[in-house]
Amino acid sequence: MRFAMAIDTKKCVGCSDCVVACQTENNVPIGYCRDWVVEVNDGTYPQLEMEIRSERCNHCTNSPCVRCCPTGASHYDYGGTVLVTAHKCIGCGACIASCPYDARYTHPKGYVDKCTFCVHRVKDGLPPACVAVCPTKCLYFGDTDDPRSELSQVLKKRKFKRLIPEAGTNPNLYFLI
Amino acid sequence: MREELIISGRMNPMVDPTLNIWHWQIPLYLFLGGVAAGILFFASLYYIMGREKKYPAAIKWAPMLTPFLLILGLGALFLDLNHKAFFWQLYLTIRLESPMSWGAWTLLIITPVSIIWSATWLKELKPEWHWKYPILDQWEAYFKKHRFVIAWIMLLSAVVLGVYTGILLSAFNARPLWNTSILGPLFFASSLSTGAAVIMLMAKSHLERNIFSRIDLMMIGIELFLIVHMFMGFQASTQVQIDAANMFLGGQYTEVFWIFVVFIGLVIPAFLEVLELLGFKIPIVITSTLVLTGGLFLRFIIVYAGQASRYLY
Repeated sequence: MRFAMAIDTKKCVGCSDCVVACQTENNVPIGYCRDWVVEVNDGTYPQLEMEIRSERCNHCTNSPCVRCCPTGASHYDYGGTVLVTAHKCIGCGACIASCPYDARYTHPKGYVDKCTFCVHRVKDGLPPACVAVCPTKCLYFGDTDDPRSELSQVLKKRKFKRLIPEAGTNPNLYFLI
Repeated sequence: MREELIISGRMNPMVDPTLNIWHWQIPLYLFLGGVAAGILFFASLYYIMGREKKYPAAIKWAPMLTPFLLILGLGALFLDLNHKAFFWQLYLTIRLESPMSWGAWTLLIITPVSIIWSATWLKELKPEWHWKYPILDQWEAYFKKHRFVIAWIMLLSAVVLGVYTGILLSAFNARPLWNTSILGPLFFASSLSTGAAVIMLMAKSHLERNIFSRIDLMMIGIELFLIVHMFMGFQASTQVQIDAANMFLGGQYTEVFWIFVVFIGLVIPAFLEVLELLGFKIPIVITSTLVLTGGLFLRFIIVYAGQASRYLY
């Protein structure tokens, strides 16, 4: 099993609903966020192009954060998700420095926190909170190891890109373009 | 024109707008650990080579500083942790992939070893010294008998300590400035150079001072070579690494790096050391202080600039 997410940049309108849903679902402290929306504007008027991406932890297959963690608090978990065990984390910041996507932050309580792909929901058969609330249905969550999953089907049909694959992390967020 | 905006807002403290997770504690520790590693390296190396009479400052006196340097450094490291109550988790596991885990275990070895090493020489420094409890006398006799073994342990752990501080940073492929294998040898050369500077300060005989002055000169030469080599490597690499090098070649860190690290920390002390070898009288305190200042600035600049360097996408 290999959980991944696809984000349809042609459908995303940048409403930031995913961000708020995540903050609500996961009790993210005020002033912090586990996912965020990036808008890229390219070109000069009238040849303008815009891309909107909902971004979060890439749950990389070759995670530098897991590699750098001195205590094993950052680890691979259910379905390849990258999670942090709070009571093992010493808050040294090595994983934060090692993440090319800057997807992690230090929780006010001291440990490091990040997107979990809402595994607590996924284990119950529910989609992650951000996917569940997306009003344009531009987020796809699923198992890339299962060729019949909706996610695998979408990735077969559509062109996609991944963010900085040259960082060698083998990321698992696919941006449909 | 291309612009990227985080339109949902993201201002995670210590991550945005640029990474700022490590502050003064980490570079200070890297410096103190480096100096201690340098001193202990020379102490154990020359002890193993049997130069005890020739280099008393390197083998006996300078190592007495290292427990203080290491404990101070460890204190700084502890201050840096955000989840302090859980620091002991470091010692429940050995993670070979994580340089920080290597470092934590090495410190656990080298700190007590440096204390033991210093303690065995204490009576030579203060002949009137006597241990309060007889068991300590027995231990002292035991450790004195096995100094050779201790020296070997110290030599190996000093090399690991000196090199790992650089590898710690180079393991972060997300920060292009750090992601170069040159940092390991560069930091090790710097730690040997700063260690030699402390020994020079404490040496009483002209011979010992002269030898360590030469060693320091050699290390400075190696550092200069590695620095040039590092920038050449960056310039021939990918865009993100060219950008990282440009922070030092015209960017915001240019002046502070070339003036404080290269000029004040390397070129001037090398010049003074050459003058001294030619027979001029140069106060050793000036040379040593400059070398130590350069080492401190090198750690600070690399740690801060590395956090400012990043991938763009």
